[in-house]
Amino acid sequence: MLAVAAAKQRGAFALDVRFDLPTPGVAALFGRSGSGKSMVVNTIAGLLKPDVGRIVHDGTVLLDTRQHIDVPPERRRMGYVFQDARLFPHLSVAANLRYAERRAAGSTYVSLDTVTGLLDLGSLMDRRTHQLSGGERQRVAIGRALLTQPRVLLLDEPLAALDGARREEVLPYLETLRDQLAIPMVYVTHDFDEVLRLATHIVLLESGAVVAQGDVAKMSLDPHLRSLIGPDQVGAIIDGVVLGLDSASGLTKVRVGHGELRVEAKNLAVGTPLRVQLLARDVIVSTQIPQRLSVRNCLAGLVTGIQDDDPGSDLVTIDIGGAVIVARITKAATHELALTPQMNAWALVKSVSLRGHSFAVPAAEPLR
Amino acid sequence: MMWLTADESEALRLSLSIAARSVAFNLPAAILIAWVLTRVRFVGRTLLDALVHLPLVLPPVVVGYVLLLLFGTRGFIGSWLQHAFGIQLVFTRNGAALATAVMSFPLMVRAMRISLENVDRGLEDAARTLGARAADRFATITLPLMLPGIIAGVITAFSAALGEFGAVITFVSNIPGETRTLPLALYTALQAPGGEHAAARLAGLSLGLGLGGLLLSEWFARRVRRMLGR
Repeated sequence: MLAVAAAKQRGAFALDVRFDLPTPGVAALFGRSGSGKSMVVNTIAGLLKPDVGRIVHDGTVLLDTRQHIDVPPERRRMGYVFQDARLFPHLSVAANLRYAERRAAGSTYVSLDTVTGLLDLGSLMDRRTHQLSGGERQRVAIGRALLTQPRVLLLDEPLAALDGARREEVLPYLETLRDQLAIPMVYVTHDFDEVLRLATHIVLLESGAVVAQGDVAKMSLDPHLRSLIGPDQVGAIIDGVVLGLDSASGLTKVRVGHGELRVEAKNLAVGTPLRVQLLARDVIVSTQIPQRLSVRNCLAGLVTGIQDDDPGSDLVTIDIGGAVIVARITKAATHELALTPQMNAWALVKSVSLRGHSFAVPAAEPLR
Repeated sequence: MMWLTADESEALRLSLSIAARSVAFNLPAAILIAWVLTRVRFVGRTLLDALVHLPLVLPPVVVGYVLLLLFGTRGFIGSWLQHAFGIQLVFTRNGAALATAVMSFPLMVRAMRISLENVDRGLEDAARTLGARAADRFATITLPLMLPGIIAGVITAFSAALGEFGAVITFVSNIPGETRTLPLALYTALQAPGGEHAAARLAGLSLGLGLGGLLLSEWFARRVRRMLGR
């Protein structure tokens, strides 16, 4: 576990955060720009000294201002991937990687060969850094950070400087690292799509303070998150498992909680973890067993809450057993259906977004 | 050096040797001072800055005179050097190297400071997170990245050292074979009746040296820029 508590006053801005991140796992530090996200990672890395703070990783105290412990950045073993890559311009790609490798402390759990293979760096080795594309630069920066054999990989908006297509060149590699190396990551971003693709946990920052934190499924229903991502993005995020192919429809069956969804997805082995997003605007609520409808996906559950969303509509949460989904319906509909908590309800899902092929941390022992 | 007279080649050799020694002596000190002035905040920084730049604004004769006061045989430091080590600076080529070093020091510091200010501190932070300690970071990141400034500083200082006149002649006089560098030889030739031809030759030699130095520095700078990917 990575336990972070830090407070720092910088001019008029006050940072005061406290959160615990499970390791391994990918924690997204999510918030608007200026909410203090970068300050938090710089504090974890040791580049920024908080006025008061304590940072502990798996029992090792890295910072404790009360006990005057402050392990300097060069000995903290925090791999840091900067937004602007910060590759050394006077060194080749290979020399950049070896720079980190030579100075690594602790036992080696990621070798140069592993890094080269996982990030496809083989063909880039002899290049100078200015000959690399933005995506390639970030891949090299990630590789370099990994070769320090870090306790945690800190990524400060690593994709923010890249356009959409270039992002897609880097994201799959980050997924690979998460799934194959089981390396804990703290991932700073203001892009919710990246959160959906990578994160297992979300820490929500607003004006220097943590307003909410938790696993992605829980956080997907959090009102603070809703206000940050906008009404159209609101929806339950559920980590499901592929059950197999439905031969009648040709669709793939996915278990979500105790329910089952049919989605269009190809070539997924039984047991593959699959993250799905059910947008609130795509979910219809019925108080009777729906029949003769064009909508394929129907999940039975219990209404657990009805919250005000905007003047015209409510958000209804439905527990489908092991997972909770959320639907946006008009206030008139809430009234007509006489929805109340603990009522049986059926959620009809018009469309399902697939968000990443695999999210489970591997069952095997982490390599560290 | 077949086409040079013995006196000319002696003046040339002396100039090159004095300039080289002053640059070699200045180099580490200039890097240190540039680093201190750029990176360290302390009381008296402005004073140190002014002190370093003083030779730029003072008449060279004043610098030579101050050196004479300090390093002369009866000077505060000079007498000590004489007694403790038997080193005499006045009227020697070592003294000439000292005078040119003092005069060219600010030029060197300026060039290095500019390039050090352009070194991205973010890269040093990155090196820190990769496990590099202070001395390691300086040697492997800061120093290579300020190389353009170091080269520029060395070449400017070397050229200035070749041409230093006032401080040298004041401090170590104009002794053939010991302190008579190119500009001093040129001056001597101009003073002698019928020395115009010799003076022209020496001026041409200085011109060739200067031009060669500039071309060389440009070539170096281009190579280093390519190395740094700029």
